Amino acid sequence: MKVRGTVQGLIANLVQVKPDGPVRQNEICYLQAGEDLLMGEIIKISGEIAFVQVYDSTRGVRIGAEVNFTGDLLEVTLGPGMLGKKYDGLQSDLDAHEGTFLLRGMRSPALDVHQKWDFRPLVQTGSMVSAGAWLGEITENGLPHKIMAPFSMEGQGKIAEIKPAGEYKAADTVAEIIMTDGRKHAVTMVSTWPSKLALKAYGRKIRPFKMLETGIRTIDTVHPMLEGGTGFIPGPFGCGKTVLQQAIAKQAKADIVVIAACGERANEVVEIFTEFPELDDPATGRKLIERTIIIANTSSMPVAAREASVYTAMTICEYYRNMGLRVLLLADSTSRWAQALREMSNRMEDLPGPDAFPMDLTATIAAFYARAGYVELTNGKQGSITFIGTVSPAGGNLKEPVTEATKKAARCFYALSQRRADSKRYPAVDPIDSYSKYLEYPEFRDYMKEHVSTRWIAHANEIKNILLRGKEAADQINILGDDGVSIDYHMQFWKSELLDFILLQQDAFDEVDMFCSVTRQEFMADLLLQICQTEYHFDHFSEVRPFFRKMINSLKQLNYAIFESPGFNRILEEVRSMAIQPAEKSI
Amino acid sequence: MQTSVINRFYTDIHHITKATISLRATGIGNEELALVDGRLAQVVKMEGDMVTLQVFSGTEGIANDAKVSFLGTAPELEVDERLRGRFFNAFGKPLDEWPAPTGRKREIGGPPVNPVRRKQPNTPIFTGIAGIDLNNTILGGQKIPFFADPDQPYNEVMATVALRAKADKIILGGMGLSNDDLLFFKDTFRRAGVLDKIIAFVNTTEDPPVERLLVPDMVLTAAEFFAVDKDEQVLVLLTDMTLYADALSIVSNRMDQIPSKDSMPGSLYSDLARIYEKAVQFEGKGSITIIAVTTLNQGDITHAIPDNTGYITEGQLFLRKDSETGKVIIDPFRSLSRLKQLVIGKQTREDHPQIMNACIRLYADAAEARIKKENGFELTDYDIRTLAYARDYTAELLSIDVQMDMDEMLNKAWQLISKHFQPDETGIRQELVDRYWMN
Repeated sequence: MKVRGTVQGLIANLVQVKPDGPVRQNEICYLQAGEDLLMGEIIKISGEIAFVQVYDSTRGVRIGAEVNFTGDLLEVTLGPGMLGKKYDGLQSDLDAHEGTFLLRGMRSPALDVHQKWDFRPLVQTGSMVSAGAWLGEITENGLPHKIMAPFSMEGQGKIAEIKPAGEYKAADTVAEIIMTDGRKHAVTMVSTWPSKLALKAYGRKIRPFKMLETGIRTIDTVHPMLEGGTGFIPGPFGCGKTVLQQAIAKQAKADIVVIAACGERANEVVEIFTEFPELDDPATGRKLIERTIIIANTSSMPVAAREASVYTAMTICEYYRNMGLRVLLLADSTSRWAQALREMSNRMEDLPGPDAFPMDLTATIAAFYARAGYVELTNGKQGSITFIGTVSPAGGNLKEPVTEATKKAARCFYALSQRRADSKRYPAVDPIDSYSKYLEYPEFRDYMKEHVSTRWIAHANEIKNILLRGKEAADQINILGDDGVSIDYHMQFWKSELLDFILLQQDAFDEVDMFCSVTRQEFMADLLLQICQTEYHFDHFSEVRPFFRKMINSLKQLNYAIFESPGFNRILEEVRSMAIQPAEKSI
Repeated sequence: MQTSVINRFYTDIHHITKATISLRATGIGNEELALVDGRLAQVVKMEGDMVTLQVFSGTEGIANDAKVSFLGTAPELEVDERLRGRFFNAFGKPLDEWPAPTGRKREIGGPPVNPVRRKQPNTPIFTGIAGIDLNNTILGGQKIPFFADPDQPYNEVMATVALRAKADKIILGGMGLSNDDLLFFKDTFRRAGVLDKIIAFVNTTEDPPVERLLVPDMVLTAAEFFAVDKDEQVLVLLTDMTLYADALSIVSNRMDQIPSKDSMPGSLYSDLARIYEKAVQFEGKGSITIIAVTTLNQGDITHAIPDNTGYITEGQLFLRKDSETGKVIIDPFRSLSRLKQLVIGKQTREDHPQIMNACIRLYADAAEARIKKENGFELTDYDIRTLAYARDYTAELLSIDVQMDMDEMLNKAWQLISKHFQPDETGIRQELVDRYWMN
């Protein structure tokens, strides 16, 4: 028996409904508005009234309108056929909608349950399995896609039947599990999961230890991100948040990338739609779009669905993580999500916290970041969700509630600075304010020593040191004047400028410079630190700038050259002769 | 709009505030329009049979037995080719003596475009102003505001840009526009002989402020008609969005909503995004480009209105008077066109990105030299050269009264840096230096 209700009142998209039976918090319902069926979610129950936030415009809704409750929470559909899809915040397939505009009440299935896939069983009849166990496998876009035992299964069950290898539709039953109490689970390739609940069904969570290579020097070399790590990028508008995040999406060594475009510009998503089908994924030789899922709930799409969109994205990530894949989730921007929460709590007349945000904002953000991580699955395999969110602080002020709450939850902090952006020093990640807490992780240090380089972490610290000393020198020069300080100060300053221009700055639009491999990064860090450690002799402070300017100029050309190409080696020679064996009088 | 079927009269108003009235009524739809004593009002809240209406022109003098009739629809605009050449008020009523054109009725504030049906903007709009074309190239389908203090000539610059851009239609949305400025726009468009491709929806300073909330939706409904149905390139001008946001805060205040930063409603971001996101390049030829004005208070871009705007729009053009040359310029540091990367060096000459960046970097060095100078420090030879360069750059390129085409701008830029600097001081890639440096 489905519960029904009628509309009793409304303001904007918050609708008061009187149900004729029991309903539960976060239950989904459909509201009749003329010919349209509007989806909504119960966000508060008070007496006999359920407060429903409607994921659509409520224009024309009348008092007394009929509401049908589904009994289900907001769910994400999971299965093969999601890769390359563009969804809205509620997982409607945007490509399946007809027409130019997103008409109200329009919905389309997340994936095609009739599509056929080549199934290979991974278990045998009689095996004992638990939730999330890999029962079979199909291949989608070159990636193994596991068919798993239901995530909601409690305890162990026995495989009563498993289909032999062959082609099956996504909706076909490919396995049957019998529980000890006799209950049966028919397993198809498609399952659902309520998005607001963390999908677990893994063995245990461990501390991240492997570097997630992004090819961006200021991240990898100076503030490394790890597989299963968390980070956030706050910055005023115009500082290159989106460019940086898209560079990460393109280049990061991940198996699956999920992009949640949450309340941001539609044209930015269009850029991804346009570019990703063209760009190659160097790891697989396929197109980038084939490993990408996009959740686009852009700023003019319904606000309530914006809140749902980040949960939809995270649930999809959890699903792939449980297949033992490295998943990267990028959310742009979590501030818009927080604002959606604020609009709703405001309409519910909740007592407001700082800047009118809901009081539990910090807890909500922390709980979301906690869904990322590195896990060991029950079968001993490993999977990870790396989560990087952007934050759009109001007025560029980092002392606002969303930034502060996020800072408590995320381990890496990539602060974008207005000053750097103003002088076109991109990426505008401030090297002094930013941090990666992972540099202190012993398991990361050990991993880097063993697998990448024994000097990587020492490099990072040394670079930060030189940059900090350079900043101090610049402050002194500004206070005392060029000739009021010793030449050493000028040298300190220009060494940090050298690191800034060559290592920190990177041209995201240059085909060569945009991606810097780990080997090349190590090479560059070695070279630059060697230059910085060299003592130079100048007679007058005015000689320092031209010397370093010239060197920076040559090194810039080096960044634009293909690694170890003849051109690269030629410039390298030039730099070496200029820098490493400095003449007594350098110019 | 008054011609709709009138269902029923109500005369028992229960509650009157400055901007809203409440009364008992049934069978009413959310956001439906009503007439309260002849004044236009809209449903904003319903609770049981208690309906709250926002009266656009305010409730001064409304009696509690005033006649209220519901119109059965949300605000609409009748769209037709014959809208062109006409000036309307915020409700779509003509400002001249002729009747409003009849056409297909469209609800204003329609649904958003499906992101997958958008095309990536790729057509530059050249304006002849170096602060735009050279440093911040704008594209068809883009949305970008001028950030300007109230004393800057923003409406004049906007009119210049509008006339240069090759648009099929120019739709002006005036919010809190002074009568003088309205006459300026009319006169400028008339003298340029383009009145027949202009449409305007205007709320002047003499009209009630809340009425201007309808202006952007009216403008954009007309814009969507021409861009989608007629496949035309439409340029939308919105001035001044700060006054629009002020009207939002008045309404939310009267609705007892908890204000967030700077007394603005918590939904300011979504409210502004709903408007700006109407800028789009459709799959065919049709496009909507939005150029807006956001006035600032003494250049403060951290205020909630410019701040939220900056996060929504694809860049901003910052108007500033250069104190040294006295010229109005588009500030190269604080201005940005996010979409320029799609065309510069591709549809413009190959050297465009590098020379543009070099010019701005050197201009930044000049700004630092100026600080040194002001603090009484000795200037190096380099500092002196950057200062001389900055003066030339401002007067000969950036100033908005300089008019040039794209290649002239690029040549001018090379000429200026060649005059004041050595190639290795510019950080420009060697092959470009070899090709374009002027000795």
